[in-house]
Amino acid sequence: MTITENDSPRRHRMPGRIQLAPERRDFLLRAMAMSGAALASGTALRAGAQDLSRNLPPNVPEWETKLGAPILDHPYGAPSPYEAGVKRRESPGLTRTPQSSVSFTPLQNLFGIITPSSLHFERYHGGLPEVDPSQHRLMIHGMTAHPRIFTVDEVMRFPSVSRIHFIECGANTGMEWGNVAVPTVQYTHGMISCSEWTGVLLSTLLEECGFDRKRARFVLAEGADAASLTRSVPIEMALDDAMVVYAQNGEMLRPEQGYPLRLLVPGVQGVSSVKWLRRIKVGDAPWNTREEALHYVDLMPGGIHRQYTWMQEAKSVITSPSGGQVILDRGYHEITGLAWSGRGRVRRVDVSADGGRNWRHAMLQEPVLPKALTRFRLDWNWDGGPALLQSRVIDETGYVQPTYRQLREVRGTRSIYHNNAIQTWRVAASGEVSNVQVAS
Amino acid sequence: MFRSHRKLFLANCLFAAFAAIACIAAGAPNEPRERHFDFGKAATPAEIAGWDIDVRADGTGLPEGKGSVEEGQLIYDAKCAACHGTFGESNSYLQIAGGVGTLRSDQPIRTTGSKLNYAPTLWDYIRRAMPLTAPQSLTHDEVYALTAYVLNLNDIVAAGTVLDRESLSKIRMPNRDGFTTEHGFLRRSGKPDTANVDCMHDCAAVVRLASEIPDYARDSHGNLAEQRRDRGVVQAPPAQAAAAGTDVASSAGAGIDLARRSGCMACHNVTTAIVGPAFRDVAQRYRTENAGARAPAALARLMTKIRNGGSGAWGAVPMPAQTQLSEMDARNVVEWILAGAR
Repeated sequence: MTITENDSPRRHRMPGRIQLAPERRDFLLRAMAMSGAALASGTALRAGAQDLSRNLPPNVPEWETKLGAPILDHPYGAPSPYEAGVKRRESPGLTRTPQSSVSFTPLQNLFGIITPSSLHFERYHGGLPEVDPSQHRLMIHGMTAHPRIFTVDEVMRFPSVSRIHFIECGANTGMEWGNVAVPTVQYTHGMISCSEWTGVLLSTLLEECGFDRKRARFVLAEGADAASLTRSVPIEMALDDAMVVYAQNGEMLRPEQGYPLRLLVPGVQGVSSVKWLRRIKVGDAPWNTREEALHYVDLMPGGIHRQYTWMQEAKSVITSPSGGQVILDRGYHEITGLAWSGRGRVRRVDVSADGGRNWRHAMLQEPVLPKALTRFRLDWNWDGGPALLQSRVIDETGYVQPTYRQLREVRGTRSIYHNNAIQTWRVAASGEVSNVQVAS
Repeated sequence: MFRSHRKLFLANCLFAAFAAIACIAAGAPNEPRERHFDFGKAATPAEIAGWDIDVRADGTGLPEGKGSVEEGQLIYDAKCAACHGTFGESNSYLQIAGGVGTLRSDQPIRTTGSKLNYAPTLWDYIRRAMPLTAPQSLTHDEVYALTAYVLNLNDIVAAGTVLDRESLSKIRMPNRDGFTTEHGFLRRSGKPDTANVDCMHDCAAVVRLASEIPDYARDSHGNLAEQRRDRGVVQAPPAQAAAAGTDVASSAGAGIDLARRSGCMACHNVTTAIVGPAFRDVAQRYRTENAGARAPAALARLMTKIRNGGSGAWGAVPMPAQTQLSEMDARNVVEWILAGAR
């Protein structure tokens, strides 16, 4: 096997320790020089080195020698200021206006399977509306015997369910169809998040309105945003596990996620889970809305577009080590990442360190839930040599996550949506991890 | 007698016991609950009519009204050209004109004209979502006129065409037959495109790198050192992260933030001209005027341009009135621009 290696010879492997070694300083300085801030960072680095020894054994840490802050310093709570780098980010140049745009979840910084509500990726088509819940209504009409209007409080009176499901934008990883384009897992895969959602089953509401069981084939969901975003949902999915959601991870929905009401269609591309939901119309055919005819359609080789490509197929990615990170020590490292399938549960995840030539079974962290993120882990000893890390999920239908070659053979490179190919991260001998694609 | 009473008593007890078990079962969490909700209120025809705005591909749902290509051009030049270009050629958003017939080529140009399958969908979208900063502000006649003009820009209808519900529904778009639902993504049980196998050992003879991150792309997303969490190393203190100050998302100040939130960045950029001039170019032009006694006049002039719209100062494309900005917001944006847009 050949792994192309093009490391800069001046970079050194870094021994394991818990201090800023000279090599480490070099790296930080280089990183900051690249971003044009080398001078400003010099003093901060020295201050950092001083802080490090002051609070370490045998010295008593300064925060142990003074009274701490009172309760209610942050009535709603906030992360430690030391975690300020953990946040959603946009991909520069991807969209022209921040009101019709997307921000990405920092998957490289997260643990377990639940995405903190503050970090759930955002996708707006007409900006973020500020909806007054007392003036928000959900109308259900169309092929129904009893068209009705519900207040948010009335929706919340119905029997409730809480379920953990991912939401993944159909365009997640869409920038990588042709070749490597973005540096970190936040940008390659960050249009996925996973939450515990609480709401009422859509089937309960449709039954309440006496929908026409014989003729109903689709429902139209419409948002109360400036795009009045509309999507068609097949009646099988609407009656199966689709929910009208009002709560996320134990609190009311965040505005970014559709406060006060959103649709959730588990396992289906995110745009179908219409936010700020104001209307459900029952009908007998899909609507061919703009977001079903000009966007969210997959251009195939030969010029035909696939329409109504609802499903999100099985996909996985290693979140650590991943692009933009640096492995500082040889020896033990836990490889960890996320796997999911819109068609059900994850059955197995395999991990390769040699670009897909040999694979080992990863350990799946419980719970393993249908249409939810599943955390996987694998013990790995880095010998200091170059490596190509990959993960490959197999879902409960037996479907095996495809390689780029297999995917492109069918779909070419221009379809934008539904890229679920195996991701490769290259670990260089320097420890630097970067985004690459392999030919096989 | 006593015995039979006793039997009856036993039978009653048994019956009661079974009934009790049945009750417990009925109260179990998996059993249906009491389902007489009767929540909400009946939707009246008038309430439904106000919200029932969707138009299907075949034109179902189109309201009364009509509009001509020529009427559409006037509205388009005033309200749409700023973002979509005078001839619908701007690719800043989905390009709305051109590219017809290119989808099957090596260089497909995806536009409203080349891609859309049914014309009523265009009407539906303009009506519900356009213009970006003032959706649902157009009359039905205006939407018919704009639809006619966009179709005319794509050579689908001739100059002079007047569209209404009936004629719009009959238009045959160039890409009418360009869509398929024959694929595995339509149903949960759909057949996948690929059939990878779960080979475990010696699966690929040669592993060759096909693509790696180019240097410019490595640095295109800000300082990655701030964005990761290193293991086995003490995190850089926050002060240091702030000193680096290069994170894309954190570089925004109050002025640019307000401009972003108000939709200004749809047509303007800080440093380069797009549809509208760069904010720094505006600052440069007003540099002498924005001094001493003339400064209040410069401020008022630019605020009026934002709130009422303007044209002619930076080219032919007019800036539509930005009524979504309050007077205070407009003042803050202008003050930020005149201070150099930094």
